[in-house]
Amino acid sequence: MTFLHHDVPLAWYLLLSAALFSLGVIGFLVKRNLITVFLSIELMLNAVNLSFVAFAYQWHQVRGQIFVFFVMMVAAAEAAVGLAIIIAIFRVRSTLAVDRIDLMKL
Amino acid sequence: MNESLHLWLIPLLPFAGFLLNGILGSRMPRRLVTAVGVLLPLASFALVLNAFALTSITAAKSCPSCGPVSAVLLPDVEALAHPWLDLGTLRVDFSFVLDQLSLVMLLVVTGVGFVIHVYSVGYMKGDPGYARYFSFLNLFLFFMTVLVLAGNILLMFVGWEGVGLASYLLIGFWFQKPSAAEAGKKAFIVNRIGDLGFLIGIFLLLGAFGTLSFFPMRVSLAMSPASHGGMLTVICLCLLIGATGKSAQLPLYIWLPDAMEGPTPVSALIHAATMVTAGVYMIARTHFLFDRSDFALATVAIVGAATAIFAATIGLVQNDIKRVLAYSTISQLGYMFLACGVAAYSAAIFHLVTHAFFKALLFLAAGSVIHALGGEQDLRKMGGLRTKLPVTFWTMTVGVLAIAGIFPFAGFFSKDAILCAAFLQGAGGKSLWFVGLVTALLTALYMFRLWYLAFLGEPRTPDAHPHESPLSMRAPLVILALLSICGGWIGIQRFSAYLGPATAANRAMPTATGQLELMLSVAAVCVALLGWLIADWFYRRQPNRPAKLAAALPAGYKLLANKYYVDEIYGAIIVKPLLVTSQYILGWVVDTGILGGIAWLLAGIASLTGMILQRWQSGNLRSYAAWLAAGAAAVLLFLLVPWAQVWPASFDFLWKVVRH
Repeated sequence: MTFLHHDVPLAWYLLLSAALFSLGVIGFLVKRNLITVFLSIELMLNAVNLSFVAFAYQWHQVRGQIFVFFVMMVAAAEAAVGLAIIIAIFRVRSTLAVDRIDLMKL
Repeated sequence: MNESLHLWLIPLLPFAGFLLNGILGSRMPRRLVTAVGVLLPLASFALVLNAFALTSITAAKSCPSCGPVSAVLLPDVEALAHPWLDLGTLRVDFSFVLDQLSLVMLLVVTGVGFVIHVYSVGYMKGDPGYARYFSFLNLFLFFMTVLVLAGNILLMFVGWEGVGLASYLLIGFWFQKPSAAEAGKKAFIVNRIGDLGFLIGIFLLLGAFGTLSFFPMRVSLAMSPASHGGMLTVICLCLLIGATGKSAQLPLYIWLPDAMEGPTPVSALIHAATMVTAGVYMIARTHFLFDRSDFALATVAIVGAATAIFAATIGLVQNDIKRVLAYSTISQLGYMFLACGVAAYSAAIFHLVTHAFFKALLFLAAGSVIHALGGEQDLRKMGGLRTKLPVTFWTMTVGVLAIAGIFPFAGFFSKDAILCAAFLQGAGGKSLWFVGLVTALLTALYMFRLWYLAFLGEPRTPDAHPHESPLSMRAPLVILALLSICGGWIGIQRFSAYLGPATAANRAMPTATGQLELMLSVAAVCVALLGWLIADWFYRRQPNRPAKLAAALPAGYKLLANKYYVDEIYGAIIVKPLLVTSQYILGWVVDTGILGGIAWLLAGIASLTGMILQRWQSGNLRSYAAWLAAGAAAVLLFLLVPWAQVWPASFDFLWKVVRH
């Protein structure tokens, strides 16, 4: 009935989630391509989703799963808007290098 | 039993006029502006007359045999049910009190006020600020009636400041003229000095009595017949400072001659008939305090006498027709102070009333002359107006005779009452009487000088074509002339008997024998006639004699012509040091140096911090992200540390979690 086997402890899921999240952070900081940066954000979001689900399972509460749905929804919306922005930026500046998109400077 | 007199409507009607003309006046047709501006004061006057009639009926019928009469007894009090100020132990009501004193004053203020409003219709015709003028004039009436009706000294102070405001607005009515704007400022600032004294007096009164209402003060003084001098003297002197400011007495009189920059009806209403007499009214209203301090009374008398003769000498050599009248107003106010100083408050108020009649008349007649000559105010350029302006000439003649104190015109009776009261006050009183008598001589002299120069002789500017003023200006002249003729016939006896309940001095007043009174009256009239003779000799028979006299006594003439250099002296010892202190010490050291320095320091710190912090704002997305991650890590650490004491131990916790 359960996908998560009873013997796999919660900590393992959390460690996996932390590892995924760290990868996302590193990717976000290190990569220069805007699309890769965007993918890193998705990675972080899903790492958090994983820990939510794990906790929800552990404590038999449905709230964590509801949160996950919200996060996925926001992520989908964010993907749509973010990709639109990326396309717009590329049309104007012909580049996706994060270091050169610095119009927010004073 | 009591019918309501609707006292609150008396100030409120002119206030409605102020609002209407002030807000909508520029969009209303001129006739409507006139109707609002003139009829509302008339309604006020009618209410005052109604109050007078109702209370007089009571006075006439209140004998024991005729039983209660359905009319109003004085004093009549109307107060708002809700207290105006409720501050712990201090409770001040918004209350109006009508007694004999305020009733007489109200009759003068609204009556003469209404007449001058009518005159203004003709005088201000065609002025672009017509509606503004009437709204200010109504505002003045509002504050003046509040001042007069006030049942406590704080409300009186509100009216007091309000009339000062109206005076400022009207002196500077033609504000495009720099001299008018300056004169308005001067009046306002000089009055502030007096008002400071008044305010301190109010605080001291509150400290001494614990109340600000006149009636409880009077009662508590009556309960302690022994209290005399001391704090009461200090309070009276503070109030006197306030009165000298508003009533243009030494040493604060300097604003009144400059106030003549305003339109002439304003000079007549505010700076001759009503507002400047507020100081006299205030002293009469608080006379129960002055009665308890011989020193304060003596000071009032000396200030009054000194002002009377001082201003009269200046008036002798002025060439501006309105300035002659201004100095004569100061001098006549000095008479009223002199009367207050010898505790003859009824005489002071009597002179206040007759003075309101004849001085308003003189100003309005002067305004008619100025109007006829197209704005000319210099006496040396007038002359021969007798045939050109017959109505103005005859009414002015009545005014001159009245102010000079010639029997049987109004001024004779009131001036005589004052001089008589002064004469009866011992040796000091005799010298005051003598000063008053000399002033009467000077008064007759300078008034007949004005009369001869303006109306008799040959026209000195032949190309001028003077024309008599319109009916709206002539009618007030005639009304005031009639009042100036017969206003004094009430007689001081009847007048002081009427005012008695409100102003009778709480001390033994000497009374004159009929013979002595007659002698004093004859002396006063003789002196006035002597003044006329001198003026006649100087300005009609030998018109070049004044110039010769001036040449023979150059120092004296220069002193008078320059008004004793009082403005210059004040400028040197008060205004100049104040300006220098303001500019250099306050301006440069305090403002630029200390305050500016602090401001610069604070701004410098902020901008330096900003310069450092703006390096974070690099615009580089990855650097923002790095700071974000670092911040999140720091927060995480901070959350974990207190739990696990030191941060390597947090690994321990994680390990526990993992092992679980």
